[in-house]
Amino acid sequence: MTNNSIQNIDSPIDPEGSQGELEEWWRYFTFNKDHKVIGIQYLVTAFIFFLIAGFMAMVIRGELITPESDLVDRPLYNGLFTMHATLMIFLWIVPSLVGLANFLVPLMIGAKDMAFPFLNALSFWMVPPAGILLLSSFLLPAGTAQAGWWSYPPLSTQNPSGYLLNGQLFWCLSVVFLGISSIMAAVNFVTTIIRLRAPGMIFFRMPIFIWSVFSAQLLQLIFLPSLTGGVLLLLCDLSLGTNFFQPDRGGDPMLYQHMFWFYSHPTVYVWALPAFGIFSEIIPAFSRNPLFGYRSVAMATLALAFVSSIVWVHHLFASGTPEWMRILFMFTSELAAVPTGIKVFAWTATVWRGKLHMTTPMLFALGGVVMFLFGGITGVMLGAMPFDLHVNNTYFIVGHFHYIVYNTITLAMFGGLYFWFPKITGRMYNEGWGKIHFWLTFIGANLTFFPMIPLGLQGMVRRVASYEPQYQFWNVVASLGAFLLGVSILPFIANVVISWLQGTKAPNNPWFATGLEWKISSPPPKENFDEIPTVTAPPYSYGKPKTWASSPTTEG
Amino acid sequence: MKRILETVLLAVYVAVMIVASVWLGRQAYSWMPVPATSEAQQIDELFSFLVTLGTFIFLGVMGMLGYAIITCQAPPDDYSEGHPARGSLKIEALWTITPILLVLWISGYSFKIYQRMDIAGPTDILGHKHLSSMQGGEPNYTATTPSKSNARSAPIIEVTAKQWAWAFRYPDKNVTSTELHLPVNQHIRLVLRSQDVLHGFYVPEFRIKQDIIPGRIINFEFTPIRVGKYLLKDSHFSGTYFALMHANVYVDSQENYDRWLAVAATQPPAPAPNLAAAEHAESPKRVFSSNWYTVLPAAPPIVNHSS
Repeated sequence: MTNNSIQNIDSPIDPEGSQGELEEWWRYFTFNKDHKVIGIQYLVTAFIFFLIAGFMAMVIRGELITPESDLVDRPLYNGLFTMHATLMIFLWIVPSLVGLANFLVPLMIGAKDMAFPFLNALSFWMVPPAGILLLSSFLLPAGTAQAGWWSYPPLSTQNPSGYLLNGQLFWCLSVVFLGISSIMAAVNFVTTIIRLRAPGMIFFRMPIFIWSVFSAQLLQLIFLPSLTGGVLLLLCDLSLGTNFFQPDRGGDPMLYQHMFWFYSHPTVYVWALPAFGIFSEIIPAFSRNPLFGYRSVAMATLALAFVSSIVWVHHLFASGTPEWMRILFMFTSELAAVPTGIKVFAWTATVWRGKLHMTTPMLFALGGVVMFLFGGITGVMLGAMPFDLHVNNTYFIVGHFHYIVYNTITLAMFGGLYFWFPKITGRMYNEGWGKIHFWLTFIGANLTFFPMIPLGLQGMVRRVASYEPQYQFWNVVASLGAFLLGVSILPFIANVVISWLQGTKAPNNPWFATGLEWKISSPPPKENFDEIPTVTAPPYSYGKPKTWASSPTTEG
Repeated sequence: MKRILETVLLAVYVAVMIVASVWLGRQAYSWMPVPATSEAQQIDELFSFLVTLGTFIFLGVMGMLGYAIITCQAPPDDYSEGHPARGSLKIEALWTITPILLVLWISGYSFKIYQRMDIAGPTDILGHKHLSSMQGGEPNYTATTPSKSNARSAPIIEVTAKQWAWAFRYPDKNVTSTELHLPVNQHIRLVLRSQDVLHGFYVPEFRIKQDIIPGRIINFEFTPIRVGKYLLKDSHFSGTYFALMHANVYVDSQENYDRWLAVAATQPPAPAPNLAAAEHAESPKRVFSSNWYTVLPAAPPIVNHSS
């Protein structure tokens, strides 16, 4: 990077600023109201839960390396996959993306902080207790929740131990707490993006990451109360003797399924949209081209949020779903392919005839796009309802959604963490270790999740602890892949820890990227902007010489 | 010159894409177990179509991305700018309209396939001739069966699922069994019921699946077309011994089917052996045992015939 000197003249690194950051490490353990501190708190907390849930996945894959049930007993196996999914979803994907958004949204829209800093801290501080509560159910004599992350009644309300304190109760409480925390965060994000944009930052000058956080948090705001309410009713059935979902006492188990998926389908886009937003930031920066079709990508983001809210019944195609619903929701579900298609094509066109830099974030972004393409195509297949009747509840589904949640969203998360690492920590990460991390992840992820596609086609049902011997080959491949995936995380941890402590100091804008967050020091000063900038141009103004070096007040 | 080269390359690549898509679409039939119902053949056709289309799109985008990654890399320290093009209305309209047409095609084709299947399910609006909706009350199949004067009238079989056993009852002959025997080439009607939690009726070779909802009675219909032995699995997670909830399914010739029914009818009812109960009584050795509480396996079904 020969041009470093140019921009460093602009606003030289403040050595005391970054020094101060590390010395004040204790701030991260307090009820701090700075969005940057809260962002890092979210990210680190979520990452710890990610490691725990990932360890559970490796035990699950250890069990599945042989057809017999021989590593853990069946109740523990059922507890492990229930907790793996619950942790990954509610304590890794959601809070990690909220953490990244927390750090970035005020910087990217030119605000000094989130709209409600106290609420922001409160949202975060509900997460660790809820996570610890959930994990503590491993110590209960009754064991953890074992009904899968859907917790469909009447299975989830069976409570064979008869104890009041059982894993399912802990699960319900934890999900309700996390739901409340997320609803508060959603209120905060939506308000911040509507009210606190810098002068000139009109909607069509917002970076796509902001569009995607906005759309995703709108979904949280509208749909999350349905899950939180549904789980509260489930808790009443479980512990207070009500009969909302008990078929033998006049309740309806289908009602829960609808309340559950009414949120839990849109939530897939609560995770996926910010991931797409991250791709939309990284790919232009390392292609040196503007994001192709910025406006249509922004509109596709909103459209996707809308479509995602009218497709939930496709999770219930094989359930007690009448035919008219099967057909109607098949058509709406397939529509989701249109806005996602627009995004994939836009990223491809952005790369086309660019000046590509295959840095670690770019590798993660492009790797994520490729695997998203595969996940998306298998998703369109699943939307074709007659085919879904065959693979519903098989490993085909498990493979498909791991291509989305791991191979797309978690890769985007890694890409984003590398991309903004200099901004967050004020240090550069090690590029070589980053690339090793990428290749181990890319290979490991495909080895783990691709075999699930043929397994599902052949009819291996999900959530089984033992299976017929004819499925063993692909299971062994998947298990070995999962262990590789487990190892792949080590270079990431080492890289982050060592670079944060000893990495070379980061300039303000190591990638020569556009965007307000790159105009300020790394890490950003306490209130982000000495003077609120005025935005006069659309984002992603790559392709024009040296716009990134111009004054911070001219451009978004 | 570069333009011409790229055009030629593009033409060659599109040809490769078409060949590869069609080939993979053909291969797709072999990725699933043998189709043993007429519905399975429909679904395999749909899957082959989806694989063909999906491969074409995957290779198309991958080709563009791959070509760009190979040819467009800048030297590491050259952070000069690419091109300033921000978009093109024509291209963006094209890649909005094309996917709309594609998904309409996929949905329309899937709808056609679904119309050709005759599986009943919870309710039916496509006008297939089924048993009337039996929600809530007792099934009224005894009333409708005789009215169908068809010589090969479809047998009705009651399926009961409980944690973790399957039981089948043939009301015409008053035979109960833990094996499901079906006559080949006849339209089968199952009446699905659960005694406790959600279960799912799934035979991979049949391709179709139906969740069983406690408190409801769900019709499920299909036509087996291939004689053989298959495995019925519980497809909806049902608790501790979920993975053991299997039953053998035999699609028999009419002759063998009748003989089996006749023999079974003469056998006195007896409790059937059950995998879940057996494992619960004597659990195999595991590396880690939590010894958490579990719902106990329900009493084994008492049947005329068990495997």
